[in-house]
Amino acid sequence: MKRLPEITDKVKKNLIWKSIFRRDYRNTIRDRAQAVFGNVFLHLHPVQVRESAVKLRFTWGMGGITFFAFIILVITGVVLMFYYHPSVDQAYTDIKDLEFQVPYGVILRNLHRWGAHFMVIVVMIHMFRVFMTGSYKAPRQFNWGIGVFLLVLTFLLSFTGYLTPWDQLGFWAITVGTNMGAATPFLGYQGPFSEFLHITPYNDIRFALLGGAQVGGNALLRSYIWHCVAIPLVSIILMFVHFWRVRKDGGISKPQK
Amino acid sequence: MNPFIEIITQPDNIAIVIMIIMVSFFMAWAFQQAFENDRRLAAGLPVEGENDNFVDTFKPLVRIELIIALVVMVGLTIWSIAIDAPLEEIANPTITPNPAKAPWYFLGLQELLVYFDPWLAGVVLPSLIVVGLLAIPYIDINPKGNGYYTFAERKYAIIIFSFGFFVLWLLLIVIGVFFRGPGWLWYWPWQEWDHARVVFEPTKDLTSVIGIDSRSIPGIIIGGIVVVSYLVGGMVAPYLYWKKNNPELLKQLGMVRYITITFLFVTMMSIPIKMILRLVFLVKYVWIIPWFGGINF
Ligand code: HEM
Repeated sequence: MKRLPEITDKVKKNLIWKSIFRRDYRNTIRDRAQAVFGNVFLHLHPVQVRESAVKLRFTWGMGGITFFAFIILVITGVVLMFYYHPSVDQAYTDIKDLEFQVPYGVILRNLHRWGAHFMVIVVMIHMFRVFMTGSYKAPRQFNWGIGVFLLVLTFLLSFTGYLTPWDQLGFWAITVGTNMGAATPFLGYQGPFSEFLHITPYNDIRFALLGGAQVGGNALLRSYIWHCVAIPLVSIILMFVHFWRVRKDGGISKPQK
Repeated sequence: MNPFIEIITQPDNIAIVIMIIMVSFFMAWAFQQAFENDRRLAAGLPVEGENDNFVDTFKPLVRIELIIALVVMVGLTIWSIAIDAPLEEIANPTITPNPAKAPWYFLGLQELLVYFDPWLAGVVLPSLIVVGLLAIPYIDINPKGNGYYTFAERKYAIIIFSFGFFVLWLLLIVIGVFFRGPGWLWYWPWQEWDHARVVFEPTKDLTSVIGIDSRSIPGIIIGGIVVVSYLVGGMVAPYLYWKKNNPELLKQLGMVRYITITFLFVTMMSIPIKMILRLVFLVKYVWIIPWFGGINF
C-alpha cells in the first residue's frame, strides 16, 4: 500500500490536474474558503454559514430540494426531447416508443413525471416553512415575491407538460384548464363584459393560449414550447435572482427580536 | 378490488398520498418547533438558533447538501422503478371522460366550480390568491417572529395562512382527487363509481328561499344588498371594533393596508361561506346579475 501516496502524488503533480485545480487542498481556513469561492457552483454559498443552515431543523433543506428536483427535471427533460416530436401524429407514439423501444425509456419518463409531482409538493412545503419562520419579513419581502412567481411558474411548468403525451388524460386536463380562460372577464368569450370588446371564441384569451378554438396541433406545439423553452428560461432567471437575494438579504434568516 | 385501494394506488394518485404524508410531517415539525420556542420565549430563554455560531460551508454544508441530493435521487429512482407513469388512450376529442379532471394541484380550483361561476373560480380567485401571497410581507406589520418558529407571537397570521393553505388549498385538492366521481358527484372512497347515477338536487338562489325570483328586479336588488353589505360590512366591522379597542393598531396599519387586508380576508371567507350555503342549504347563487354576459355571485 506504500504505492498509493505515490500514485496520488503523480496524479496531483500532473500538468492536467494542476490546470484544473490550481492548488493543493490543505485543510486550512484559507483553503476551505478557497474551495467555496474558487468554484463557480459552490460560490452561490458564502464561505461560512450559520449553524442553522447546516441543521435540517430550520429550513428542512426544502428550497435546495426544490432546486435539485428542478435540475433532475431539466436533465431528464433534455433527454426526453431527443425522443419526442411535438406533433399530433407522432407525440403519442413517441411516448409508446419510450415505453417499449427506448432502453430505459420507461425509467426516464417515470423520473420526469414523478420528479415533476415531487417538485410541486416540495415547493409548497418550502413556502410553508418560509411562512412559519417569518422569513418573509424585512428585509426579505422582495424575495418572498420572487418566490411566489416561482411557485406559479412551477405549476405552469407541470401544467404545460401535461399535454405533451397527447393522451386522454392530458388532452382533457388541458381542455378543462384552458376553458377557464374562456371565462376571463373582458378577455374570454364566455366571461362577463366580453361583449363590449367584441370577443368571440376566435379572438379571445383561450384562442391565444391554444393557437386555435380547440385543443389541437397548435396547442400541442405551444404547450411544448412553453414547457421546454419559455417557462424554464424565466424560471432559471428568477431562481438565480432568488438565490442572489437570499445572500444579499443576509443569508438564511436568523432570529431577530 | 376495494375502490378505496384502487383510487389511492392509481399511479398519479400515489403523488397525492406522498404529499399528504410529507405535508402532515412538516406541519407537525413546524408546529412542534413553534411551541417549543414559545415555551422558551415565555421562560425568557433564547429561541433556537439565536446564539448560532458560524461554520464553514466547505465541508459541513456541502456535505449535507450532497447527502440530501443523494437521498432525493435514490427516493425518486425507487419511485420510478416501482411505479410506471400512466399513459391513457390517444387523445380523442369525441370521447369525454367523466369526470374530466384538471391536474391534481388545480383540483382545489376545480372544486370551487361547484360553488362559483368559472370567471370567479378559475380566474378571479386564483389571481387573488397570487396577489394575496405577494401582499403578505407588506400587510403583516408584526415585527415579531422574524427568523424563528413561533406560534404565540403571530397567532392570527399563522391561523389565517394555515386555514388558506391546509383547508382551502390542500383539503380541496384531496377532495377533488379522492371524493369526486362521475358528474363531479361526491363519492366516498368505499363507494363504487356509478356512471348512470344522477342526483337531482334542486338548488335555489338565496332570494327564492324567501319566495322572490332571483332574476326579477327585486330579487336582483335584494341579492345585491346582501353581497354588498357582506363586503362592506366585513371591511368596516373590524375598523369599528379596533377603533374602540385598539386604535393604535389602526394607525400603524394605515388605510391602504387596512383595506387590502380586510378585502382579501372577506374574499377568502366567502369561499367557506358559499360552500356551506351550497352544501347545507342548497343555495347556489346569492346575487344574480343577468346583464353583461351574466355576473353571478
Ligand atoms: C422553484 C422554486 C423555488 C426554489 C428553487 C427556491 C429555492 C430556495 C433556496 C435554495 C433557499 C435557501 C433556503 C432554503 O433552502 O430554505 C430559499 C429561500 C427562500 N425562499 Fe425560496 N425557492 C423557491 C420558491 C419559493 C417560494 C414559492 C417562496 C415563497 C412564496 C420562496 C421564498 C423564499 C424566501 C423568503 C427565502 C429566504 C428564507 C430565509 O432566509 O430563511 N421561495 N429558496
